[in-house]
Amino acid sequence: MLEFPRWKVVALWLLTLVFALAALPSVVDVAGYRWPAGLPEPKVNLGLDLAGGSDILLEADPTQVRTQRIEGMEESVRNKLRTMPVPVRISDISNNNGTLTFLVDDPSKIDAVREAVLPLTNGAGLTGKRDWTINVSDGNRFVLAPTQEGIDLAVTQAMDTAVEVVRKRIDALGTKEPTIIRSGANRIVVQVPGLQDPQALKNLLGQTAKLEFKLVDGAANPSDVAQGIVPPGDEIVPYADVKAGQPAPKIAVHRLGGIRGDQLTNAQLSNNPQTNAATVTITFNSDGGAKFAKLTSANVGKPFAIILDGKVLSAPNINEPILGGSAVISGNFTTDSASQLAISLRSGALPVDLKVVEERTVGPDLGADSIRKGMIAMGVGTLALAVFILVTYGRFGVYACAALVINLFMILGTMGIIGTTLTLPGIAGFVLTIGAAVDAQVLIFERIREERHRGRRVVQAVEMGYKEATRAIFDANFTNIIAAVLMFAFGSGPVKGFAVVLIIGIVTSVFTAVVMTRMWVAQWLRRARPAEIHI
Amino acid sequence: MKLLKLVPDNTNIHFLKWRVPFYIGSLLLMAASWGLVLTKGLNLGVDFVGGQMIRVTFERSADAPVSTLRDEVTRLGYGEPIIQRFGKANEISIRMKLPAGADKDPALSDKMARTITAAVKAGHADARIDGVDSVSGKVSKELGWDAFRALGLAAIFVAGYIWMRFEWQFGIGALLSLVHDVTLTLGMFALTQMEFDLNIVAALLTLIGYSLNDTIVVYDRIRENLKKYRKMPIPELLDLSVNETLARTIVTSLSMLITLIALLLLGPQVIFGFTAAITLGIFVGTYSSIYMAAPILIWLKVSSKSFVPTEATGDIPTTAKRA
Repeated sequence: MLEFPRWKVVALWLLTLVFALAALPSVVDVAGYRWPAGLPEPKVNLGLDLAGGSDILLEADPTQVRTQRIEGMEESVRNKLRTMPVPVRISDISNNNGTLTFLVDDPSKIDAVREAVLPLTNGAGLTGKRDWTINVSDGNRFVLAPTQEGIDLAVTQAMDTAVEVVRKRIDALGTKEPTIIRSGANRIVVQVPGLQDPQALKNLLGQTAKLEFKLVDGAANPSDVAQGIVPPGDEIVPYADVKAGQPAPKIAVHRLGGIRGDQLTNAQLSNNPQTNAATVTITFNSDGGAKFAKLTSANVGKPFAIILDGKVLSAPNINEPILGGSAVISGNFTTDSASQLAISLRSGALPVDLKVVEERTVGPDLGADSIRKGMIAMGVGTLALAVFILVTYGRFGVYACAALVINLFMILGTMGIIGTTLTLPGIAGFVLTIGAAVDAQVLIFERIREERHRGRRVVQAVEMGYKEATRAIFDANFTNIIAAVLMFAFGSGPVKGFAVVLIIGIVTSVFTAVVMTRMWVAQWLRRARPAEIHI
Repeated sequence: MKLLKLVPDNTNIHFLKWRVPFYIGSLLLMAASWGLVLTKGLNLGVDFVGGQMIRVTFERSADAPVSTLRDEVTRLGYGEPIIQRFGKANEISIRMKLPAGADKDPALSDKMARTITAAVKAGHADARIDGVDSVSGKVSKELGWDAFRALGLAAIFVAGYIWMRFEWQFGIGALLSLVHDVTLTLGMFALTQMEFDLNIVAALLTLIGYSLNDTIVVYDRIRENLKKYRKMPIPELLDLSVNETLARTIVTSLSMLITLIALLLLGPQVIFGFTAAITLGIFVGTYSSIYMAAPILIWLKVSSKSFVPTEATGDIPTTAKRA
């Protein structure tokens, strides 16, 4: 064991140096100094629980995607059959129970309808299934049901779009370094550091911004509408603007035949020159502008409802065809809510509603306080531990303490290099790792004591110590790794950070305890050739 | 310089002689812990029951005005809050159930948080809002299930690993001492009613890894001695192994406890419960490595024959004298 080739010594010291250098930016940062710009800076990031900020978990409801798909299919089927060379009449359309059903009036047209409807369905990704099943029952009743594969695919696509929309909206707020990631099938994690009050952010993310223009059903009986009796072909939409203590006024609009306000090139905060009220001016793209022009030209003199996320903002009369491709949306806006709507419309509508299901916000003071206390605890703990190890193992204790310091740098350095995040429990992990790092040393030193006691010569005893202790060191640390990996797999944010520190600490502490101290002990034994060791 | 020896050479304590009373004592303690968990219950945080937790520090008061706060928050009409100090007397958490309908409309819970923080700030000029956690019922159920699965899997994997590396008896012994350590820690949480949140689960997972360190050292020595002293009666051999490794057990546990106690006394208040759980776990883990993990091997009839096939490793020194 005294054989320690020069290249190995050089390699070990080089490795130590690399990690120490990698740890430097983090140390400088924690000490409150600024790391010079221009130098590479592998730095440990502070988690939200230390830096302050918000962690928001958004969830989409997959049944909403299902409903949207069925409604979309109804619209497509109607259009398709109406525009066939020989239009097919259908009746009794229903989209209840999660399926779309309709009757084909002329049973001889069944095959033609099937031919026409089939291209409206697609393959569901790589699953080999279609996204819809088409069945005919009772001779002439078509039943179109979305398949689970199709829904899953649609949810995935909707979530991908949602992540993009969320990113655009957060960027529009000017938030620094947000983290936005998909989580599971229908969730999005949004982490925003340094935000004191996430209210504005949550308002922005909670707004689906689905803008619709639908024609008001002038023939509907207002008292029926107020009682919630839906006229055929209509839907009842409440007004967004509700006076306190009063039921929301409602209005009946034609369910179909309106247009979506999603084909926009711009949306901007504006003012009504007469009333000075805040409004939002939207500009359609050419396709959207054409549709809007068509809708307004065909319905001059009639009122149409501007509907945002299922609520009526206003229902003005169409005084003249609007051909310019832009429109002004008025509602009961404040400047804030109007500019927020403008951001939402610019970034596009969310394909699904997102709900906040979990939110954690930490103020910046608590984190700073925690870091300071964590550092103090670590310093005091390390010192006390060093004293204990020194008085227990003498010269070997010195090696153990040196290994401890190198271990600290290696953990910090590794965290910096792989760019992990230090969280509040992570600080505890750090301190814990220091306590555990001497475990391996203790096992080795005690074994050396024991072998000396049994009468082995110094070199042999040391050799046996390292050899025999390794087995238990490996087993003990392997169980620690098992627990830490499971923690990483199941844990959320801060707990994951803790698990990472543990895993890194376990590896580096075994390395420093087994390899580094062995090198020092070997060098000393070879140099001094002691006949007796004090351990 | 004379070096510190916590355990003198040639220590020979007959630990195993008292195995039955100690085992009964341990089982009683475990039963008491379960009894406490079932009757008093764990003080589950919003992570596991859902709801809202607002952390407040009163920067210029030594003591948080808990009863005033309780009245102020109750008056807001969201129900009675659970107000708890954590760590220092001027740091508290206010826990609320989410308002009815919040699962459908998250704006309701936002409104509650804003109303409460505004009321606290208005009533107390030195109140600093340190954090707001809001967890819906659905997410909290998932978090609870995840925690349960992680703990179960960790215990099984770790015990399985010990079985693989040693023998099945050792695996069972390890599992039993794990259950012992985790149970007593849970018992402490039921007794003190400290808040039980996700961090505590992380502490328990850490415990599953670290409390076994001592057990593995003892087991490693038992295996070595089983190969070395093939004729020695098992209780005597276990005693020998525990005594031979006693210094290690004590020094390693002490070094962990030194840093943990520094963290407990000086570290961040927010993770006091977390540190307390690990500290207690390491403490009982040391005990269980001697009195839970070793005696079970007698009852599970471990013998030298358990390791016959692996005997030919050749690393047993023939010159070794028994100390």
